[in-house]
Amino acid sequence: MLRTNLKHIESADEFKKLLETGDKFAVVCGRMGPMCIPVYGVMESLEKKYEDIKFFDMFFDSNVAMETIRGLPETRSFNGLPFTVYFNDGKVVAATSSIQNKSQVKEIIESKLV
Amino acid sequence: MNTYDVIILGAGPAGLTAGIYLSRSRMKTLIVDTGAPGGQMNLTEKVVNYPGVLEDSGASIAFTMRQQAERFGCDIIMQAEITKMELEGEIKTFEIEDEGTYTAKAVIIASGGKPRSMGIPGESEFQGRGISFCATCDGDFFTDKEIAVIGGGNSALEEAVELTKFASKVTIIHEFNEFQGHKWAVDEAKANPKINFLLNQKVTEFKGDEKINAVISKDKETGKINTTEVEGAFIFIGYVPNTEMFVNIIKMNDRNEIVANEKLETNIPGVYAAGDCREKKYRQITTSVADGTIASIEASEYISSISDIII
Repeated sequence: MLRTNLKHIESADEFKKLLETGDKFAVVCGRMGPMCIPVYGVMESLEKKYEDIKFFDMFFDSNVAMETIRGLPETRSFNGLPFTVYFNDGKVVAATSSIQNKSQVKEIIESKLV
Repeated sequence: MNTYDVIILGAGPAGLTAGIYLSRSRMKTLIVDTGAPGGQMNLTEKVVNYPGVLEDSGASIAFTMRQQAERFGCDIIMQAEITKMELEGEIKTFEIEDEGTYTAKAVIIASGGKPRSMGIPGESEFQGRGISFCATCDGDFFTDKEIAVIGGGNSALEEAVELTKFASKVTIIHEFNEFQGHKWAVDEAKANPKINFLLNQKVTEFKGDEKINAVISKDKETGKINTTEVEGAFIFIGYVPNTEMFVNIIKMNDRNEIVANEKLETNIPGVYAAGDCREKKYRQITTSVADGTIASIEASEYISSISDIII
């Protein structure tokens, strides 16, 4: 389980409903490891700044991850946790593998979601 | 303007310990970190030599330390981007993006360290696509695959052994003919049938297409170029202090470690250094915790000594 202050996505239904809303959102799919924890922190710190974007996490070893984030073509070549995927209008607009700092995340948000 | 008694830069074991001690002694305390709480503690999957803790992960111990600090009223800002800093004078000032201006009478620098990067072609390009700095995080992506471990210290040797749980073959590529790790770590790696060694090598490039497929290295004695075909490469070549923002401000040694005396005072009055960012011989969670304790007590005494003259 993930011990973060982000909202967790825990079912494929929940994920599907999010896609259907067309909302802008980002999902950090990982474990409680040293590459993942900083990315959860980055997302937490950006929640206030980007109020029209939702930020979620997802436990990498869960069924929902297998059925959603880990099954995306955009993450097929990824070999480093966490997988971070950004969505807009129900589609993947960006995806990164492994640790990302705040500047890198902000750059993606500014160019793809704002 | 947000006014504090002490601002601590860094939320690793040194910074969090200082936060616990200062907040408990009713000092208004703020911890500012550019990353997440825990620092390098988060890199350790299993801590078994921290007194009072039989066995736990570094991330879990860090989480508890954070809870302790917050319980005593310590404020914490994570993922902070410090855009301006003034350490001279009796009031220290920081501007933090999206947060505002913060002042304090004393500052404890506990900015820790970060994994050393190699700075060679392919390293950043293939991060998350074969290049990794964490065996615990990414080891299972390389089940039944051949991988390389770069380095020859304890971390490299221990992680290489850990990675044999997943990989079919692990090649340790090291810069020297001798290892820097302890004898027990060397012996354990040498005894593992899945591990082989490529020594006295200068790694020059990581090659690949969508993912990494080879590590290129040059034999330092013969000049021979070696291509080690792998699907992953784990880099463990030590750590560097997180002190870039203090260059030309705080006195440092030639390794960019902050120089502090026994009271952990730096060359600037009211500014202390604690943990892995400072010049010292031993770097353990326990030594960082000790540093955080000393720096917090010294900072308290400093504030008491100047309190009469600050309005």
